Amino acid sequence: MRLTLRQRQVVWAYIFLSVSLVFFVVIRWYPTILAFNISFRDWNVFEAGGPWVGLQNYQEIWADFFKPRSAVRAAFWNTVRYVVLGVPTQMALGLGIAMLLGQIRRFVGFFRAAYFIPYVTSFVAVAFVWNWLYAPQSGLINQILQAFGLPPQPFTKSPNQALPAITAVAVWRSLGFTVIIFLAGLQQIPDIYYEAARIDGANRWQIFWRVTLPLLNPVIVYLSVLQTISFLRMFDLVQNMSEQGQGGPLKSTTTVVLEVYREGFSSYNMGYAAALTVILFFVILLITIFQLRVLSRRVEY
Amino acid sequence: MLMAYVLLSLGAAVMIVPFLWMLLTSLKPATELVQFSFLPKQPTLENYRLVLTTSSFGRWYFNSLLIATISTLSVAFFDSLVGYTLNKFEFPGKNIIFLGILATLMVPTEMLIIPWYTMSVQWGWHQGAMQYWGIVFPGVITAVGIFLMRQFFDGVPNELLDAARMDGLHEFGIWWRVAMPLVKPALAALCIFNFIGNWNAYLWPLIIASARAYYTLPVGLSFFRGESTTQWEKIMTGASLATVPLLIVFIIFQRQIIKGIALTGLKG
Repeated sequence: MRLTLRQRQVVWAYIFLSVSLVFFVVIRWYPTILAFNISFRDWNVFEAGGPWVGLQNYQEIWADFFKPRSAVRAAFWNTVRYVVLGVPTQMALGLGIAMLLGQIRRFVGFFRAAYFIPYVTSFVAVAFVWNWLYAPQSGLINQILQAFGLPPQPFTKSPNQALPAITAVAVWRSLGFTVIIFLAGLQQIPDIYYEAARIDGANRWQIFWRVTLPLLNPVIVYLSVLQTISFLRMFDLVQNMSEQGQGGPLKSTTTVVLEVYREGFSSYNMGYAAALTVILFFVILLITIFQLRVLSRRVEY
Repeated sequence: MLMAYVLLSLGAAVMIVPFLWMLLTSLKPATELVQFSFLPKQPTLENYRLVLTTSSFGRWYFNSLLIATISTLSVAFFDSLVGYTLNKFEFPGKNIIFLGILATLMVPTEMLIIPWYTMSVQWGWHQGAMQYWGIVFPGVITAVGIFLMRQFFDGVPNELLDAARMDGLHEFGIWWRVAMPLVKPALAALCIFNFIGNWNAYLWPLIIASARAYYTLPVGLSFFRGESTTQWEKIMTGASLATVPLLIVFIIFQRQIIKGIALTGLKG
């Protein structure tokens, strides 16, 4: 049987797609559905299946939330704190550095690389380096503080300071990425706008608020959503910067994902852990939908 | 202008000094850690000798290298093949398939690790050498890569592909020998990111690799801390061993990496 050119194309297309289609169905779609399924079950790793318990896991999470010294409540509120502290800091520093980089002519490549280096290194190594910098007595930061006559700080050993200290490391680690995206965004703004603003007598401050920021709006939305999601998923740093990886001291640094890991893979409460991930999924989904809506809105200048 | 240089230099110091401090600490004997000095007074490679001989760092290097390489080769092949097909072919179901792949981007990995784990246990992917497969399988094809490659194949003119068709080259050959060479820069960026991402991956390998011999470098490093608590010179040696290869990769491919980030970041 002779196939037409068009039919041959269809056959080739499906041959090319075959392996990947199987992959996406088996390794992505099926586990997504399975995650929902497990969240409705009393599932222990060692026995396949586990009885269907309906919303029980979700009810348990809700009840645990209001218990005294609740790990789940700490996890949720800490995660919110990481986002609220981390995202604005990241954005402000990133934009500031990108604008400074836009002003200079020499060594641009060097500075860009310097800011970007932490981004390619592993969170675990970064966590250890900062544990060492934050160390109570011999740590470099406390040595510097003492050299200026300031009292040494406990940083990750203190329930009050640990979360901001870890947030600072997270910001430090991903700053380079933010800078590069802002730089690219700034370069896309045509010089004509700046010239026009200058001719109209605008000062630097006015140009920043009236020209640069509005024109950067899509980049700002994109980056803040991306950063929000990455702070919502905090795990590697917290696990490696708290004692025994438990999100301490006193649960002051634990996150939703760390609780997922502890419930699922230390306590083997797979159903409960899966329910936590489903909640995380919906939060991230809502944020992404928000991003798509804002970005698809036409902005007139 | 001068102010900009001063501020940027201060910032750059904050970015670089931690790495410098890590390397310097790794070169110090334990006794020098208490008496504070920036440079090691008697620099020594003893820490490296100890860490490399008493820990499984060699094995972890091999594991990370193996996993990052397998995943990158696979991603380079499948992501570009699928991206090409979704860009250059017309066939029923095309849009549904593309949306079905894109939709997976909405699902965070954290939600998949529990199902992946139960699946792996069921299929024996958590035992013995199968752990390699267990670690690597979620990342052998990526939706982001498909999305990027699909966009980059836009730049390949259809006339060129048709000309190759006239000459009697089969479709696989057209993709491999005509289209692929034209998207090399994009492919290189994808490969570098994928390699770095897999080299640094932590949560999933931590869960699936149950035997020390199958740890990847970050997982091994994480457990290594427990073994040498507060022996900072050893921990910093481990951190240096995990970091330095990536710094070298970064210095070599700096331009591609930063260009790739700017290119892909703005489109994503």
